Amino acid sequence: MTAANVHPGRIEPAALLAVWIREWTVFLYYWRTRTFAAVVEPVIMLLAFGLGFGRLVSHVDNIPYIQFVGTGAVATAVLFSAVFSAMFDSLYKRRYQRVYDAMLSAPVDVDEIVTGEMLFLGTRAGLYGIAPLLVAFCFGLPPAPAMLLVPFVGVLTGIGFAALGMLFSAMATTFDDLSYVISGVITPLFLVAGTFFPLSRLPDWLRNLALLNPLYHCVELVRHCAFGLHPAADLVHVAALVAFGALAWALAVSRTRARLIV
Amino acid sequence: MSDRSLAAGAPEAPPRPAVAMRGVMKRFGAVQAVNGLDLSVPSGTCYGLLGPNGAGKSTAMRILTGQAIADAGRIDVLGYHLPAQSKLARAHMGVCPQDSNLDVDLCVRDVLAVFARMYRVPSDARSAAVDRALALSGLTARANDRAVALSGGMQRRLLIARALIHEPELVLLDEPTVGLDPQVRQELWSLIVSLRERGATVLMSTHYIEEAERLADRVAIMSAGRVVAEGTPGELIRAHAGREVVEVHGSAARLAELRALAEADCLPTRLSGPALTYLHADRFDGRVPSGVRRGATLEDVFVSLTGDYVE
Repeated sequence: MTAANVHPGRIEPAALLAVWIREWTVFLYYWRTRTFAAVVEPVIMLLAFGLGFGRLVSHVDNIPYIQFVGTGAVATAVLFSAVFSAMFDSLYKRRYQRVYDAMLSAPVDVDEIVTGEMLFLGTRAGLYGIAPLLVAFCFGLPPAPAMLLVPFVGVLTGIGFAALGMLFSAMATTFDDLSYVISGVITPLFLVAGTFFPLSRLPDWLRNLALLNPLYHCVELVRHCAFGLHPAADLVHVAALVAFGALAWALAVSRTRARLIV
Repeated sequence: MSDRSLAAGAPEAPPRPAVAMRGVMKRFGAVQAVNGLDLSVPSGTCYGLLGPNGAGKSTAMRILTGQAIADAGRIDVLGYHLPAQSKLARAHMGVCPQDSNLDVDLCVRDVLAVFARMYRVPSDARSAAVDRALALSGLTARANDRAVALSGGMQRRLLIARALIHEPELVLLDEPTVGLDPQVRQELWSLIVSLRERGATVLMSTHYIEEAERLADRVAIMSAGRVVAEGTPGELIRAHAGREVVEVHGSAARLAELRALAEADCLPTRLSGPALTYLHADRFDGRVPSGVRRGATLEDVFVSLTGDYVE
């Protein structure tokens, strides 16, 4: 029998892998559409801003504008891919498909569902985040060895935003509820992260507030990977993303448990 | 520490029930869904949980799967104490819910393969487990079709196949045939019988009397969140309806008049649509008016105990 391998009260790798594989299996059915949306959207945004504003603004911080935006758009791609998938898919699975109920009938607990899903979505988002960087190469961004770290930065950021998406999903009752999140949270995070303009141009109060934006830390890390690492500052950025991910995970587990276990 | 171990040399104890619930309470806001539920499901039997809608059957099922936490009471499943050891119990348990919760976008084989992993079926046995579940549910020919393309009856069979992927000791079936046409219902009955023959314990909630009467070794009748009668179908019929009943048909006014007379004469009756049924007619011969005499059924017991009509 299989129960000898089951350990209550512990997040088990076998359960995480089962959840991850379920996500992967579903993804294989829809990878074309999901990849198209996740990759093409930030690339179009990059081209529009880069080529459009690039005519008005040639350089930012001594970096050609399209390369500035190209590196920043990595974070945007990660954010959108992770948070939207987590919010909408999770709500669909919980409220309409009720597949979480099925998973909880197996030896899988709520924390394992949340963790397994955020690991999958984070990994996928991190990989999607490479697309804008590849486009930026076409516009003269010079390859650098530290750029090999970008997927890891993307995955770390993606995991945090996937957890945040699952938290919002657990707080929502209907898809309409998520409109508040998109307008009130995601859009400000997206705009005030240093993606399209440096935060140094913002008023002090807003700049200080922006330092709490996890996306800003992702943007900084990606730019440093592309244009030169700043080890001390980068450690702080990594720590900020880890802290964000841990907090979002804990809250997502708590809220999802409250929804699923009555 | 598991409660499952038995002390060496101890006198032989009666077989441990697969499910034991004692004084279980569960409230949702103003609704007392489960109200002092006592239930003991012997291992290796098919046990029917019979009750009208809202009797607390589904809540009891959710408590057993750890998706609802009881406010009070003691719950043991396969020797594991819930909710603390729920995960261990779930590893030995298969669940078929009342409402479909399939990954309908996946093909049938993938649905089963995903859950084989969830249930920790070892990697070298996973493919065989999927094939076995497909064969058991009669879905082998549809293995590569998406679940969404299956008929309602086939989806229900897939739900049962998913619950059996790890050859569980205990199978929980929550209203397994609700909403299905009679032909499909009988197919599922055969599947449930085969489960019991393989040695699994089956706990099946239903509000179909015929289903409980045909399949269950023992039946608990639930009303208002607790068990109001328990036994084999034969025991329940003998105890609560007797060997024979008499049905008297008439107008509503006539039936009301007869019922008042029966109550004055301490004759147990139940209203069944356009008829008044006299229970224990064999015991009260001479005092029961003439009517259609027939053998008592579990439905007579159910309605007399719960006051509800059934399908």
